[in-house]
Amino acid sequence: MLDIKDLRVKIEDKEILKGINLSVRAGEVHAIMGPNGSGKSTLASALAGRNYFDITHGKILYEGKDLTELTPEDRARAGIFLGFQYPVEIPGVSMVNFLRAAINSKREYRGEKPLPAGDFLKLMREKKKVVEINSDLTNRSVNEGFSGGEKKKNEIFQMALLEPKLAILDETDSGLDIDALRIVANGVNKLRSPENATIVITHYQRLLDYIVPDFVHVLYKGRIVKSGDKKLAKELEEHGYDWIKQEVDLKA
Amino acid sequence: MKDTIETLTTTAKYLELFRTNREQIGDGDPDFVKDLREQGIRSFEKTGFPARKAELYKHTHLEPVFDGEFSFDFSPRKIAFDDNDLFLCDVPMLDAHVLTVLNGVFHHPGKSALHELDNGIIVGGLREAIRRYPDLVSAHLGKIAPLDKEAFVSLNTAFAQDGIFLYVPEGVQMDKPVQIIHLLLSDKNQMVHHRNLFVLEKNTTAQVIICDHTLSPHMFLTNSVSEVSVGEHADLDLLRLQNEHNNSCQVTNTWIRQERASHCQHGNITLHGSMVRNNLHVKMEGEGASSRELGLFLIDKLQHVDSYTVIEHASPNCTSDQHYKGVLDDASTGAFHGRIHVHPNAQKTEAFQANNNILLTDTARMNTKPQLEIYADDVKCSHGATVGQLDEDALFYLQSRGISRDESRLMLMDAFAQDVLSKIKQPSLRDRITDLVGKRLRGELSRCNNCAMHCDEE
Repeated sequence: MLDIKDLRVKIEDKEILKGINLSVRAGEVHAIMGPNGSGKSTLASALAGRNYFDITHGKILYEGKDLTELTPEDRARAGIFLGFQYPVEIPGVSMVNFLRAAINSKREYRGEKPLPAGDFLKLMREKKKVVEINSDLTNRSVNEGFSGGEKKKNEIFQMALLEPKLAILDETDSGLDIDALRIVANGVNKLRSPENATIVITHYQRLLDYIVPDFVHVLYKGRIVKSGDKKLAKELEEHGYDWIKQEVDLKA
Repeated sequence: MKDTIETLTTTAKYLELFRTNREQIGDGDPDFVKDLREQGIRSFEKTGFPARKAELYKHTHLEPVFDGEFSFDFSPRKIAFDDNDLFLCDVPMLDAHVLTVLNGVFHHPGKSALHELDNGIIVGGLREAIRRYPDLVSAHLGKIAPLDKEAFVSLNTAFAQDGIFLYVPEGVQMDKPVQIIHLLLSDKNQMVHHRNLFVLEKNTTAQVIICDHTLSPHMFLTNSVSEVSVGEHADLDLLRLQNEHNNSCQVTNTWIRQERASHCQHGNITLHGSMVRNNLHVKMEGEGASSRELGLFLIDKLQHVDSYTVIEHASPNCTSDQHYKGVLDDASTGAFHGRIHVHPNAQKTEAFQANNNILLTDTARMNTKPQLEIYADDVKCSHGATVGQLDEDALFYLQSRGISRDESRLMLMDAFAQDVLSKIKQPSLRDRITDLVGKRLRGELSRCNNCAMHCDEE
């Protein structure tokens, strides 16, 4: 589904990603871990199409297409979803209008008619259950005044509505208490299927107790320096990142 | 002959225009109006048009516009205007007293020029009101907007032919809004000076909507003055929607005087028009008065909109809350100069002002100048002004959900405008204006899309 080949990314003169290789197939969950500043969020942004940096080398192939050629909106329509580390507050844009526009853009891309209002509201009600959102979103602006937990639930709620093929969850666990973490993780698990794939970016192993990954990768200084299965995450939890840093820095 | 005319300054041309047509301009006026005209022209002679370097007009130089070739009617002119070519305003009120002002003159075919409603409300043409209620009119006309401070008010006082008069007697709550539609329709380039006078006595409420439109593609130059008196405990909601075509220039002068514990909300929404200058002066004379000033303009191409506002706190315990916003596309330009003036005795004043602008291109320009003049010591005042672009983080967030960049921009602009629009009190009007603004942002609003005349040549 996704093939990242020797991806190098620069922000101004600084190389942030120094040759990333990663393959994700349908049905898989990949966790990307790593210390602060290792390039995790830059990788997520590169996949979603935020263009505050230059891709200097390499390719991102998604279902055989070169992703870097596509606008962020076309990537989304093609089935890529980014769960934001810091969901943006947009005062004055109502949640309902926003979600309707998002769903109908996707439908239009597939040559489908806009969803009738009644069906849309029904779909909202149904998907709100995935992440246990009880509040009425109709009178609220996008993320405005949402608590940290609500913002993250809202991300997964949007994911549920848009049914992406490839979801990239950037630090979805940050700022969540244990109950909210469980709800968010359960939401992600409910949405798992053999047809879609998830990349979970996280600092901590804790989230991976709930969303069990098939593969764990450690990103450090712009490279994937170690890959393994879920046991790698446990090791990191016990020993921290220092042993990996030492290993890498010694080689260098 | 032509040579001598061309050597005259623009100011001199207008003085000459007045003097040679004095009889015709003041034909039928009672003495107090004749006096006002003379005072007006004398003040104008002293000030002349604001000079290019004049601080208050430095972003909008109007003299060259007034120097253009415009015809001017010294008395109401018959215009071939078929009422069957029904004009449907973009803001059709479900139920309102609709008054049409055609080229500055109250248009009332087959109907009386002034209506006296059952509850004592008087509404209709100012010219007729001057004739029938000289005492009522003379108590206010030329007294709220000072003749000697503002060249365009002076000029209007000298030349104005007509406009709308509204009188709400003590204790009366108007059941329906008054909608004034200023129409411009001519077979040549035309200048219009019109004058409105709204008087709300004690304990009254009224809602007035003013819509400015053009019905023919000629160049129009409008210099409009509205004088507004809001009595004790009265509540006025006044909204102006400017939607003239982009070959027209409009100067509006709105002077509002508020008495004790009165409330006034003034809104100004500008969608089209080539060059627009809005002067708003709110003076809270009575203790405990409150006011809200809303402004929103959405402009593109080479449009220019300049707002000059003075909010005067002349008594203690008054509050004012001003929010002006602008969205500028293409090579459009805008200016905002907002003065808040707190008199020495106006303790416990609360005055807030915000001016926020979005530039959509590198070629659009906005100048903003907040100005506080505070002479009392126990006051709460704040002001803030911003000129920026659309929030890239918000745009990316919307795009990342599959919404196109264009649509995302529209959503953010809509949201930006909502801040002001949400404060329009009457729900049906708010919805209608919100819809219009949405259309304007999407480029779907040809100004005349509801007009049967289709004179738009853009």
